[in-house]
Amino acid sequence: MNHTIWTRPFYYVFAFLIASISIYPILLMILSSFKTSAEIFTSPLSLPKTFNLDTYRNLLEMIPFTTYFMNSVFVSVISVLLILITSSLAAFYIARFTFVWNNIIFFFFLMGMMLPIKLGIVPLFILMKDLNLLNSLWSLIFMYVATGIPLSILILTGFFRTMPRELEEAARIDGAGNLRILWNVVLPLMRPALGTVMIIQFIQSWNDFFFPLIFITDDLRKTIPVGMLSLFGEYSADWGALFAGLTLASLPMIVLFFIASKQFMEGLTQGAIK
Amino acid sequence: MKPATNSNAVVKMKKERKWKRWTIHLFPIPALLIYGLFIVYPLFAALTYSFFDWKGIVRGEFVGLKNFKDLFTLEPFSSLFWGAFGHNILYFVLQMIFQNGLAFILAYIIYKKVKGSEFLKIAYFLPRLLSVIVVGFLWKLILNPNYGALNVILEKLGLEQLQKAWLGDPDTALISIILVNCWYGIGFGVLIFLAGLQSIPKELFEAGKLDGADGLSMIQKIVLPLMVPSFMIMTVLTFIQSFEAFELVYAMQGSQGEPYHSTDTLAIYFYRLAFGGSAGGSTTAVGLGSALAVVLFLFISFFTALYLRYMQKKQVDM
Repeated sequence: MNHTIWTRPFYYVFAFLIASISIYPILLMILSSFKTSAEIFTSPLSLPKTFNLDTYRNLLEMIPFTTYFMNSVFVSVISVLLILITSSLAAFYIARFTFVWNNIIFFFFLMGMMLPIKLGIVPLFILMKDLNLLNSLWSLIFMYVATGIPLSILILTGFFRTMPRELEEAARIDGAGNLRILWNVVLPLMRPALGTVMIIQFIQSWNDFFFPLIFITDDLRKTIPVGMLSLFGEYSADWGALFAGLTLASLPMIVLFFIASKQFMEGLTQGAIK
Repeated sequence: MKPATNSNAVVKMKKERKWKRWTIHLFPIPALLIYGLFIVYPLFAALTYSFFDWKGIVRGEFVGLKNFKDLFTLEPFSSLFWGAFGHNILYFVLQMIFQNGLAFILAYIIYKKVKGSEFLKIAYFLPRLLSVIVVGFLWKLILNPNYGALNVILEKLGLEQLQKAWLGDPDTALISIILVNCWYGIGFGVLIFLAGLQSIPKELFEAGKLDGADGLSMIQKIVLPLMVPSFMIMTVLTFIQSFEAFELVYAMQGSQGEPYHSTDTLAIYFYRLAFGGSAGGSTTAVGLGSALAVVLFLFISFFTALYLRYMQKKQVDM
């Protein structure tokens, strides 16, 4: 038992050392965004002399960041909404009815969590071209909905199954249709699960970089992650603006995280544990 | 007359109910359509593409297994394939050690309730919030040989001999990328392992203590066997992720897997074949790319299934 007394401080130091490695690069990114490039090159580690917003002003002149931002918001919000609608409809069907094919449908959806969809990118590219969706934000929305459905159905089905049926039965006797039951009776009780799905899918669609890399070439249709690609491609010497761009790209997620850190951490691990 | 109208009303109601009951089958349709069209169909299509000759993205004639044969026997395709394959294996092994190994230790420390464990959890998790492209670009700046923070820190610590062109040197480029990936993923691992640890019944530890088990044998006899599901999840996820590794490599080293293909992964190589830039030229090789996709797809599914089966059996045996 004795060794725990002297190993404890060691644990402490170790855990906090790794924590500082986790945080420091992000801190460095935010601090450097207030420095001019010259200041970064001469003293990269020091605190900024002044909180200079010129880098941000430069950045907004270099790239249409507000357009990227609006595109990202549009894509993420519509994707999350469509995922919530399609997945809760499907999960309700799978969890609440006992048709013989329900398990097959469920398995069919779950398979999607293991499928490496990136490997289907050539057929997807041709499909998007045929559907006239290349360079359209809807190509991204369809991809995020499709990739988000499996995990969302898993989470929602699990939640539906734990809920008592009495309320639904009562509503059914009152003559309510399935859609009304789902909308008025079941979904209001599902808020925690819907919140989890929302957070996971919002992070996914906000941060994704692969699909816009393939489907979007028009600068005014880009989302923030591919916008970063053009920024680094064209202005790789202006480090102040680069750090400002990275900070702006990450800020919305970091702010949301500090508002609901618990839900974020639970949400992102929940799908994996089930 | 009265009973008749009544039964009419009943029939009407029954019909209505039947119709209502039938509409329930519409509920899974939207999800099935979107998922089927954008996930299932493209993967099947990729399989069929691999049997055809391609001119750009226009399909030519059926060539059987020629694409597969070329991928494994024709130069430079085969050496690029095996090179990238080796890098993916290294990716997996190093992530298992540095990301998952470390994550387990950290989760155990948090589980043992050090002060500030909530802060630690948040700190480890923070990088996971960034887009992978942001992670890649940020570290590219940090690892810059001249102005990057890492070399400056090494200089301040008097460790000049350790300074390197981290991403420019074929010996360190891939390892740097993998470690950045570990930096990004460690918080997720900590949370998974922590959830696993917290699900172990406390009574087991009490019983262990009564039997005179010390810290290490407690871990060996109680913690590790009960953590099998968490290890299984993390191994499978890490396996899939490391064999799909694309975004981070692309952000840090571009689609050529620079320097000299030393950071090539199968997904990067696949991207070059499918969208241009393969073997130095800008021509695409959709047939070869599809063949590579099929091989990679089968490899990932085969090992994932095998591993899951093996671990499930092991769990039952215990």
